[in-house]
Amino acid sequence: MYSEKVMEHFRNPRNMGEMENPDGIGKVGNPVCGDVMELYIKVKNNIIIDARFQTFGCGAAIATSSMVTELVKGKSIDEALEISNKAVADALGGLPPVKIHCSVLAEEALKSAIEDYRKKIS
Amino acid sequence: MNNVKKTLKIYLDNNATTPIHPEVIREMENALEFTYGNPSTLYSIGKEAKAKLEEARTRVASIIGAKSEEIVFTGGGTEANNLAIFGICKAYRNKGNHIITSKIEHDSVWNTCKSLERDGIDITYLPVDSYGMVDPEELKKAIRPDTIIISIMHSNNETGTIQPVNDMARIAKDGGIPFHTDAVQSIGKIKVNVEDLGVNLLSIASHKIYGPKGIGALYIRKGTRIQPILFGGHQEKGYRPGTENVPGIVGFGKAAEIADKNIETEGLAFLRDHLYNALKEKIERIRLNGHPTKRLPNTLNVSIEFVEGEGMVLALDDLGISVGTGSACATATLEPSYVLAAMGVPPQIAHCTLRFSLGRDTTDGDIDYIIEVMPEMVKKMRGFSPLYKEYLRRRKETV
Repeated sequence: MYSEKVMEHFRNPRNMGEMENPDGIGKVGNPVCGDVMELYIKVKNNIIIDARFQTFGCGAAIATSSMVTELVKGKSIDEALEISNKAVADALGGLPPVKIHCSVLAEEALKSAIEDYRKKIS
Repeated sequence: MNNVKKTLKIYLDNNATTPIHPEVIREMENALEFTYGNPSTLYSIGKEAKAKLEEARTRVASIIGAKSEEIVFTGGGTEANNLAIFGICKAYRNKGNHIITSKIEHDSVWNTCKSLERDGIDITYLPVDSYGMVDPEELKKAIRPDTIIISIMHSNNETGTIQPVNDMARIAKDGGIPFHTDAVQSIGKIKVNVEDLGVNLLSIASHKIYGPKGIGALYIRKGTRIQPILFGGHQEKGYRPGTENVPGIVGFGKAAEIADKNIETEGLAFLRDHLYNALKEKIERIRLNGHPTKRLPNTLNVSIEFVEGEGMVLALDDLGISVGTGSACATATLEPSYVLAAMGVPPQIAHCTLRFSLGRDTTDGDIDYIIEVMPEMVKKMRGFSPLYKEYLRRRKETV
C-alpha cells in the first residue's frame, strides 16, 4: 500500500531524534488517535538551518515527519510556511487516501514549530 | 531495519489465513483436471463429482462431530455467518424482532447485525470482561420473549479468547432460541464438537485450516428452521444454490480430514508462551491481551507501549516476519481495535498492538529468531517515539 519512497523514509528516517536547545517546537496529535509528532527547528537569520523530529505513529506518520524535516531545511520562515501537506505527500510519491491525515499532521507540526519560534523571538 | 532480509520468511499470521497444505493442493489439482462434471447430472462424470462432494461433506462433518447432511457448503466463513443470521431472521421474523450478539464479533457477524439494525431489528451487543470473555449471566439477562437468534463467536480472532459457548447454548436452548457460533477461528486449532456445544448453527472457513480460500460451511442442526438468502437451483438442498465449487469443496474436505487428525495444542501453546515470556523479559511495558489460559493455543496478542502497531508490522516484515496488527490502523477506519476497546484497553495502548498467530509450520527456530530480533526493533522504534521519551522522563521523576 505504501510507495517505495514512503518505505525508504520509514526504514531510514532522516533527522530523527531530539534537538538540543531548539528555537521552536511543534507538538501535534494525540496518543488516543494513534499519532503524536514533535518537530524541532533551529533558525538563524530567518532561515531554518536544522529540523528534527520524534513521532509515535504508523509508517506513514514516520515517513511524513522525516520528509517534512528534509523539505524545510534551508528554507526561510516564509518559505517554510508555504509547505503544504500535499507537498509532503507528493515528495513521498503519494500516500494512500486513509493516510493523508499523516501529511496534514506533518504540516501542522511544522506550522506549530514556527509559531513557537515566533512567540519566542517576539 | 536497514538490513532488509526479504529472503527469510517466518509466517505468523495464521489467524488471517493459512498456507495451503501440499496434500490439499494435490487433491484439488486432481479435481480441477478430472472432476469437471456437474454434480447435479445423471451420467458417470457428474456422479463422480457428486461422490467427491459427498466425501468432502463427510470429512467436514467429522471434524465437528456433525452428521454430513447437516453441512451446507458456502462461499466462505463470511457467507456462512450471513446465511446463519439472515436465514434465521427470515424464518423467525414473525416470531420476534430481537437478536443477541457480542461486542467482539468478526465483521461478518457485526456488520450483518448492523444491517439488520438499520432494517429495524433490535440488537443487543453483549459486553466482555477484560479478558474478552462474554458472561453467560449477561446473556441470560439480555434474552427477551421476542429474541429470535443468539450469535456468539467460539473464539476471538484477535485475542484468541475462547467463549463459554456450551453454557450459552444451554441458556439459549432453555429459551427455545436458535444459537449460532462463528467457529471459524477455532476449527483446526482446538477440538470443537457440535454435540458437546449444543449449538444449532456453526460457521467454518476452509482457508483457516490450510485449505483453499472462497469455501466454507455452515453446520445446521437437524430441525433448525432457516431460510436461504440466495436463490437459484436446488444445490445444497436449496440453502446455497449455484453449481458447486467442486475443487474448492474437495480441497476443504481434504484440509478438514488432515486437521482432524492433527489437532495439536500443547506444542503450539508451549512455543507461544515461550515467545511471550521471553519478550516480556526483554521488553518493558508489554502486556498480554486475551485470557491467560482459555485461549487458542496459537494466538498471542500483545501491546508494546509507545510503539504504534503498524510501524512494528512493517519493521518486522523487513526482518522476514509476517504478523498482524490488532489495531486496524491499516484499514479505512483508523480506529483502534473494537475488540480491545470492548475489553477496556485504552486506545493509546490498543494502537500499540501486534498479533502473533502460530501455525503448523512454526518452528522453535522461528520463535528464537523473533526473540532475538524483536527487542532491538522495539528499541529502535521507541527511539522515534515522543511517548517513550515522556515515559522515561516521568519514570526518572518518580525514582
